[in-house]
This record gives sequence, C-alpha cells and structure tokens, in this order.
Amino acid sequence: MGIEQKAGNLGIVTTTLEKVINWSRTSSMWPMLFGLACCAIEMMASQAANYDMSRFGMELMRASPRQSDLMFVAGRVSRKMAPVVRQLYDQMPDPKWVIAIGDCAACGGVFNNYAILQGVDEIVPVDVYIAGCPPRPEAIIHGVITLHEKIRSEKLSTWA
Amino acid sequence: MDAILQSAVVFLKETYQSRENEYQGQVTVLLAMEHLIDALTRLRDEFSFEMLEMETAVDYWPQISPRFHIVYQLCSLQHNIQLRVRVPLDGNSPSLPTIEGIYPNANWHEREIWDMFGIRFDGHSDLRRILMPADWAGHPLRKDFPLGYEEVQFSFNFDEISLRKPKPGK
Repeated sequence: MGIEQKAGNLGIVTTTLEKVINWSRTSSMWPMLFGLACCAIEMMASQAANYDMSRFGMELMRASPRQSDLMFVAGRVSRKMAPVVRQLYDQMPDPKWVIAIGDCAACGGVFNNYAILQGVDEIVPVDVYIAGCPPRPEAIIHGVITLHEKIRSEKLSTWA
Repeated sequence: MDAILQSAVVFLKETYQSRENEYQGQVTVLLAMEHLIDALTRLRDEFSFEMLEMETAVDYWPQISPRFHIVYQLCSLQHNIQLRVRVPLDGNSPSLPTIEGIYPNANWHEREIWDMFGIRFDGHSDLRRILMPADWAGHPLRKDFPLGYEEVQFSFNFDEISLRKPKPGK
C-alpha cells in the first residue's frame, strides 16, 4: 500500500526492521564444525549432497568459533570435554544459538554414568533439541527449520 | 599348544614357580610381582615376544583376595603366538614396577591403569590421569566406586529433578 502503489514496478518492498534482521540471520547461519561422536556422521550426511543443508543457509561449516553463529553439539560430551565446549561457546560472538543433536547431547542418552554429561544443557543454554540415536538427516533439517522459526519470531525488544 | 609357547610356559614354571592355566587355546601364567621385570625381559629377549599387546587390570573385590590382577598380553609376531601373564596385587596402596623400560608402549596403558584403578607404577616417567579430568577424585573402575548415574526423569518426578539439575551460567 501507499509507497508501493506509487513506486509501481520499481522493485521496492516495505517491511519491518525486525523481519529483515531475523530473515537475514536465519538465511545465512554458519554452523561451527563441532561433531563429537556418532551424531557427527549424521551431521555430515545432512550437510552433504543428498540432504543438502546449504539450501537452508548453512553453506559451509566454519571450524573457528569466532566466525560461526550456530553450534551444533553432535554427540556425547564427556566430563573431560565439558570445559572445552564451554570455552568454545564463550568464544562465539553474539548472536549465537545452540542445537543439541541426538540423545546424548540432549539428555545423556544411553550413557547414564559418571563420565558423560547428562545433557549438554548442563553447561551451555540450548535452543533446539533434536531427538534420535542418531537422528536422521531429515530430523536434523527439521530441527534447523524449527530454529529458524524460533528466530523469525524474535522481537526487537530482546536485542535492541 | 605351539611348541615355542610350550617352551616359554615351561621356562616360566621352572624359573619362577608360576602356575599355568589354559582355556580354549589361550594360555595364562600367574606370576609373582617380584619376578615381573626379570620374566618379561627374558620373554622378550629369549622367546621373542616383541610386542606388548595390552596391559590392563581387573578388580575382584570383595570375592577374591588379592584384589587386583594386572594382566599383560604378550604377542610374538615372529611365531604368531600369544601369552597372557597375570600378576596378583593386594589392594592396600597397590604399586608395581613399571615395564616401560621393556615395552615403551606400556606408558599409556599404565597411565590408564593408574587413572582407573589407582595402582601406582614405580619408575614411570609421566604418571597422570589420561581418561578422566585432571582434578577428578577417585578411581572409577574399582568395584567400590559408585556408578554415578542420574535418576531418570519421568513425568511424576520431573520437577523435583529439574530443581537439582546443574544449569549453565550465561
């Protein structure tokens, strides 16, 4: 309406700042290569040609936490590895999100003992949990889309 | 049993008064701690058991005393034979001479045994934890170490357990 009617076919679109920022964040989210165990294979499979995740913006996986915005925790986290995971999470710049792939990252999985963290949410705040042992690539992509929907509904007041 | 394996077992029995046990082709020899270094050196040099395939420990508490058995699996690549040597060890501040000088790959095996069982190795060059974090207290594979499991969250006890779960700092 209004300006769009007057401008006609000049190719002008009006929207809100919120929507633009959320759209740009979801469309080009670069995950950090952080596959720990078996779920990493499924993460690799969903990044590869057959179940391409580049369609959803995850064009490449950055190995450095300083250059990524999403941390896929794929696999079981042992007590020895926990401070390393936390340090990498702290090194990521804002805005950052965490997806916990698989049962071990979500709740400790089959490993209910002294050596494995019962869920990576004991040390980092998780946005989306993907269940499965290991979850199929379609399930991982569903989790990614759920995260995109969560980000699209974020409000200006939370980060302004 | 292979002829060379047979001669090695006979040698160990006569020299060190060790006991032999065979099960489905696998030969185990029980050896006392005092003869360990001497026996393994001679097995390596005279009977060509060049490779220490595996070194580990077993905890038999409380059924059997002495509590620990250190198990050395020796392998001869030349003759394609395997021999297992067991050393019984008591549980009160257990310590053993290291065989790092004979088989250098025993370094990490003995670090793992120290980490999991608390058995010290005298003369080891770098005895520290290898699997657990460096400040961990206790030796997890001992039979008196608790399993460390977390209570399973069902819907009836969900909230009680959520209160006790550790939460991340921001």
